Amino acid sequence: MGDTKEKVFKGGGFLIEDVEAEDIITPEDFTEEHKMIAKTTEDFVLGEVVPKIDNLENHEFEHSVKLLKQAGELGLLGADVPEEYGGLALDKISSSLITEKFSRAGGFSVTHGAHVGIGSLPIVFFGNDQQKEKYLPVLATGEKLAAYALTEPGSGSDALGAKTTAKLNEAGTHYILNGEKQWITNSAFADVFVVYAKIDGDKFTAFIIERDYPGVSTGPEEKKMGIKSSSTRTLILEDAEVPVENVLGEIGRGHVIAFNILNVGRYKLAIGGVGSSKRALELSIKYANERKQFKTSISSFPLIQEKLASVAANTYANESAVYRTVGLFEQSMGDLSNEDLKDGQAVADIIAEYAIECSLNKVFGTELLDFAADEAVQIHGGYGFMQEYEVERIYRDSRINRIFEGTNEINRMIVPGTLMKKAMKGELPLLQKAEALQEEIMTMMPEEPGLATLEQETYLLKNAKKIALLGAGLSAQKYGEKLENEQEILVNIADMVGEIYNMESAVLRTKKAINKDGEAAHQQKLLYTQVYVQEAFNRIESHAKETLIAAESGDSLRMMLGALRKLTRHTPTNVIAKKREIAASLIKEQKYIV
Amino acid sequence: MNIFVLLKRTFDTEEKIVIKNGQIEDDGAEYIINPYDEYAVEEAINLRDEHGGEVTVVTVGEEDSEKQLRTALAMGADKSVLINTEDDLEEGDQYTTVKILEAFFADKEADIILAGNVAIDEASGQVGPRLAERLDIPCITTITDIKVDGENVNIERDVEGDVEKIETSLPLLVTCQQGLNEPRYPSLPGIMKAKKKPLEELELDDLDLEEDDVEQKSRTTEIFLPPEKEAGKVLEGESDEQVKELVSLLKTEAKVL
Repeated sequence: MGDTKEKVFKGGGFLIEDVEAEDIITPEDFTEEHKMIAKTTEDFVLGEVVPKIDNLENHEFEHSVKLLKQAGELGLLGADVPEEYGGLALDKISSSLITEKFSRAGGFSVTHGAHVGIGSLPIVFFGNDQQKEKYLPVLATGEKLAAYALTEPGSGSDALGAKTTAKLNEAGTHYILNGEKQWITNSAFADVFVVYAKIDGDKFTAFIIERDYPGVSTGPEEKKMGIKSSSTRTLILEDAEVPVENVLGEIGRGHVIAFNILNVGRYKLAIGGVGSSKRALELSIKYANERKQFKTSISSFPLIQEKLASVAANTYANESAVYRTVGLFEQSMGDLSNEDLKDGQAVADIIAEYAIECSLNKVFGTELLDFAADEAVQIHGGYGFMQEYEVERIYRDSRINRIFEGTNEINRMIVPGTLMKKAMKGELPLLQKAEALQEEIMTMMPEEPGLATLEQETYLLKNAKKIALLGAGLSAQKYGEKLENEQEILVNIADMVGEIYNMESAVLRTKKAINKDGEAAHQQKLLYTQVYVQEAFNRIESHAKETLIAAESGDSLRMMLGALRKLTRHTPTNVIAKKREIAASLIKEQKYIV
Repeated sequence: MNIFVLLKRTFDTEEKIVIKNGQIEDDGAEYIINPYDEYAVEEAINLRDEHGGEVTVVTVGEEDSEKQLRTALAMGADKSVLINTEDDLEEGDQYTTVKILEAFFADKEADIILAGNVAIDEASGQVGPRLAERLDIPCITTITDIKVDGENVNIERDVEGDVEKIETSLPLLVTCQQGLNEPRYPSLPGIMKAKKKPLEELELDDLDLEEDDVEQKSRTTEIFLPPEKEAGKVLEGESDEQVKELVSLLKTEAKVL
């Protein structure tokens, strides 16, 4: 990345640090090459995959294999694979753009994502030289295809509760694995599976298993609600013989791999969510422009406009946040030596540093998609319920996103949990900040922000951070160790922190663009930001109130609510008017524009 | 083989054309390689892969045309030349472009020059043939197949849906028609390599041309959109009545009979 002074931010640091517009990476920073890579991906998906979607939805997986090999020829499977193993070692923005553009392919994007992400990355990050040499070149071309097998019938979010066993044979040459792995993407055709099992019943360990090893088979194809273009089966291991050299990473430390891979899976799902939301929005606008009722296009109705504008503003905030996270990876990787970069573990460590951001992006990005898909069906009316219309499939395909790679509930829990851990370890001065804040609010006078561009939004953002800190600090004080039992409060904290990350990303992105080209060129960005910040702030206020009421009572509650009132006092933006303005541009351009 | 491709940057086929103050609005428009020129790039790469040599892509245009040249390089072309007229010329026509290209090719030993059949924006289809004329080499338009064997060239061309087979020889200029090939997607390794490939930028000065030398010979008097398509009409009644009404409408309303 750039050679200018770049601050490296700690994961979760945005909650207490002041971040400048120039500190973050935004979509406006994409280079010509990034755009060319995105274009090739888009052209490939539109030209080759989309015409085959009916076949793919019908489980004709020979097309999946063929398409993946074609993608491999174009380099679309090698972005995250090091050059010495036949990959392209592209930056994370490039691989993210590939993910975003693949989202147009519906369930096939899950096939692609599982192969390049959770299937190949464990070997990229944690494989030894022999394993990398053996598997990565053929995975990067698509000659061999990969899958990832963690979930079991009895263990989903509780991954370490897996029952699959591994036992060294007497000769000491092979591990013998027994168990069942459930809902394995790509299992109809994958050649290589990354599988977790417990050696001697307790040492949770990852293995690379080839399809043709003795004792490896798959069950029947699952009948799913959505993403039907992807293959999902059970992987059955019956005395499966796995050579000892196929242990991935260290024995007993499979959880390190599992958690790191989840982080990657999470931010990539968020990118896919943003991509699909843009598609749902585009379909919605075009339909609303064409569909006439009462002799007028339904896009001329303010209520349809409100839906279009809400989806667009939310898309903008999430797009800003998720590419900011990708930018954080890039900025950190800029500090690594070439040697470090070759070591997958160093890259995985960087991604792990931003586990909070990954979880937030996952939660908000997938919920954005559910919202966009739902409104798209609604705008299509009865037609949206019919399978001839793409939005019907988008609606069904969307639903799994809130469930896999850690349910959104689990991901929400991760956010305050990780923040607390970082505070305890002294990595983030959260507790100090919270204490200082408690003193500050006693004497604080409400401010009235000025009228300059984004001044109000910047002010609301600053106060939102204080409100989140107030709620989190109070809860930590009140419940201490037992806070983990207060899941409703934890979720409120996660939601406040997530809203802040999205708000701030939108504000900073818009500021950065305006600093560069002036305000006139970025009216749409400005409107999105004003709408999102106002609505997010309202939600934060409500989460904070609920949290305070649950944690406090009597006089101290009244005092806390008084502090909250001071922090939330402002003259709100007229979002109805702003949304009409947003919609006018969308209706004219017939797609998501910034 | 010394292979050249003439390339033009055009509006994306998805763009809606908007006219403002008598001019086509290009604010925020997306641009692509003219689709027929893409066939030319693809065929040039195939010819090079089969016969050896080098593919140079040339465009006359503005700074922004660099993007389309980079795309051609990413597809596999070896070199590119941007003849940038942004500072020198307010406007130009086919004469202007041909005059500039003629000067460019003056010191080149081109074995074959490939161009698109037409550009999808102005669709004159003139630049290729007129350049061949100036360079005094044969020109075959709308080709759908080409085989080169030494100096001999066998070509199939599309003639309003029929196929015409032609034998000719190098040096030669051809214009490419749909059906010639299926242009490749620029691969990711291609994109990465493209940034290291040469992109030469020239101005009129570098070609020893003055603005007067290339002054356009035509004048655009008005730019307007085609009339909006009106709703169709469904005729009713018995067949013979319908036929009578149709004939009368064709005479009186459509005025085509």
